[in-house]
Amino acid sequence: MFSYILRRILQMIPTLAGVILLVFFLFKYFGDDPAEILGGLQATQEQIDSIRRQLGLDRPVWEQLWLFVQKVVTFDWGASWSTKETVANIFATRLPATLTIMIPILVLEVGLAIVAGMAVAYVRGSLTDRLVMIISTIALSISFLVYIIIGQYLFAFQLGWFPVQGWTSSTWTNLMVYAPLPVLLAVLVSLAPHTRLYRSFFLDEIGHDYVRTARAKGVPEKTILFKHVLRNAMIPILTNVATQLPGVFIGSFLIEVFFSIPGLGREVYAAVGRGDFPVIQAVTIYLAALTMVINLVTDVLYKFVDPRVVLK
Amino acid sequence: MTNEVATASMTNDSSGPASVMPGEAGVIRHVSEALPRSPGVWMEAWKRLRGDRVGMVSLWIVGAFLLMVVLAQVGLLAGDWQREVGEPFAPPTFVGAQAKEAAKAEAPRLPNIDLSDIDPLAPYYKEWSARAAQVKTVDATRAATLPFGGDRIGRDVLDKAIKGAQVSILVGIAAAFLATLIGTLLGAIGGYFGGKAGDFLEWLYNVFTSIPYILLIFALAAVFKYGPMGKVFSSSIVPVVVILGVVGWTGIYRLVRAEYMKHRSREYVRAAEAIGAGHMSRMFGHILPNVSHVVLVQLSLHVVSFIKAEVILSFLGLGVPIDMVSWGTMLAEAQTELVLGKWWQLAAATAFMATFVTAFALLTDALRDAMDPKLR
Repeated sequence: MFSYILRRILQMIPTLAGVILLVFFLFKYFGDDPAEILGGLQATQEQIDSIRRQLGLDRPVWEQLWLFVQKVVTFDWGASWSTKETVANIFATRLPATLTIMIPILVLEVGLAIVAGMAVAYVRGSLTDRLVMIISTIALSISFLVYIIIGQYLFAFQLGWFPVQGWTSSTWTNLMVYAPLPVLLAVLVSLAPHTRLYRSFFLDEIGHDYVRTARAKGVPEKTILFKHVLRNAMIPILTNVATQLPGVFIGSFLIEVFFSIPGLGREVYAAVGRGDFPVIQAVTIYLAALTMVINLVTDVLYKFVDPRVVLK
Repeated sequence: MTNEVATASMTNDSSGPASVMPGEAGVIRHVSEALPRSPGVWMEAWKRLRGDRVGMVSLWIVGAFLLMVVLAQVGLLAGDWQREVGEPFAPPTFVGAQAKEAAKAEAPRLPNIDLSDIDPLAPYYKEWSARAAQVKTVDATRAATLPFGGDRIGRDVLDKAIKGAQVSILVGIAAAFLATLIGTLLGAIGGYFGGKAGDFLEWLYNVFTSIPYILLIFALAAVFKYGPMGKVFSSSIVPVVVILGVVGWTGIYRLVRAEYMKHRSREYVRAAEAIGAGHMSRMFGHILPNVSHVVLVQLSLHVVSFIKAEVILSFLGLGVPIDMVSWGTMLAEAQTELVLGKWWQLAAATAFMATFVTAFALLTDALRDAMDPKLR
């Protein structure tokens, strides 16, 4: 187990190096000259030259790459180009808001999808089953944007059940007052496709012999479904949750933009708008590293969920 | 399995007679004429698709949309979507014209004092009004209602939705083609050659997939917005197509690579090698037709997801340029209109998009069923 984890961590190094190279060269050769963005329109040539010296842009490419790697390793990205807030501070202050929204969404989504997917798989082939499939196909074809626009208009503006948007510094108020509508909308939108996906996970299991055996020896249906089938369907469920986990840290930037939640997703979106390269680069590289760690943790968890899995 | 058999028989048809003795050629031709000609893979797939009612209806809807896109592209349809034909926020015809706002409260009447002896401009008034009368002004009559309503400045929402369909669908299809091209090419190289090239491509794949999708899009959008490339292509759909294509190739690469690894040592490929077919010919002449059903289904899946992505990107202002209209930019306008109670632009964009995307998704399902020989 230990040697497996160690080997996986070693395997991450070339991938992470690739991410760093990709981001560095992408911005270096395809992005605009940072000195000109920083200097603004009225900058004189001396000012631009001085900025170039400060950023090390006058040095050879390999030295610049080395500076970039140092930034990544030491977490010291300096200040954002436009707001002068340090990048580390941006992470520390934006992440809590994102997590306040995304963790309830993930928990509710998975919980509801397990129950709904199980129910639909149990009645497979019936009218309910077909109806769910049709609804999820049509529901999927409408843009997420439309759901947010209409949901915000209807529930917040017209009916006044929730505030239209807003955020405070108190996590509890945020969770109780400002988070419910975005969370509700996100969960509602993803419910149909998730049900369809989880249905297929459970259908794969329900047809197996062990289910028939359990029925034959008189195990109650509820126990069969929630103990035997669920346990066996954990691997695809875990995989699905793992693919969503990195998204929890970026947040749904659409939701954050619409409900003006000061999260990481909105920050990156705003950074694109104002050409704030350090913020985009930092978020991209660290999220990529996080994704790799999550994948590793998921693979190790497989072992705990299903002892038959052999890690090699 | 059918694929192989069909290709093998096709290869026989074309190369068989050429390689045998002249005397035997006639016999073989005779035999092959006597045998019932086996239908090709595509013919079989088409036959199966014909039998799928949902698939055929979807095909017709998608076909109608594509025809609309072509007509809009050549300017026959919605060519003048920018003309302000109706009143601002003209409601849809079936809703009826909006009630005229109550006449403005009349201004209090003041006694008309003759100012002409102190007004320095007074002598010119007559001349000016005479000149003004000579200038012809077209007093455009603006329609009170439009079939699907009008937007903020009175443009026809139906025309906008058609023009938006053209842009959104073109972006989706072009980006899907780009992603499929990159994915198929790299997947073919990685799967066919393996070894060092394969390892390198696997590394590239890992790098691309470890970056969350949306962050890669944002990074590319930032680069395009401020970089030298962005300045060249600033007023076209090229940036958004490239962004989506470069981000979206990974899934196709993985599938195509797996197919190529499966196929590269099959008998028909070895046979092709034996008769002297080179690497290129084996990769793209022999294996590609046999994995093309995978590629086609992936292409069609990606069209749907890229159209949705384009709508979101355009909504955020990272997609098509501002002088174009797409379903995404319509939704962006619709958000503020909805608060004023003007729902028709939102409804039109959503209805167009939902119809096309549903039809395309169902068509994709039908295509997959029709082209997966294992399901038979």
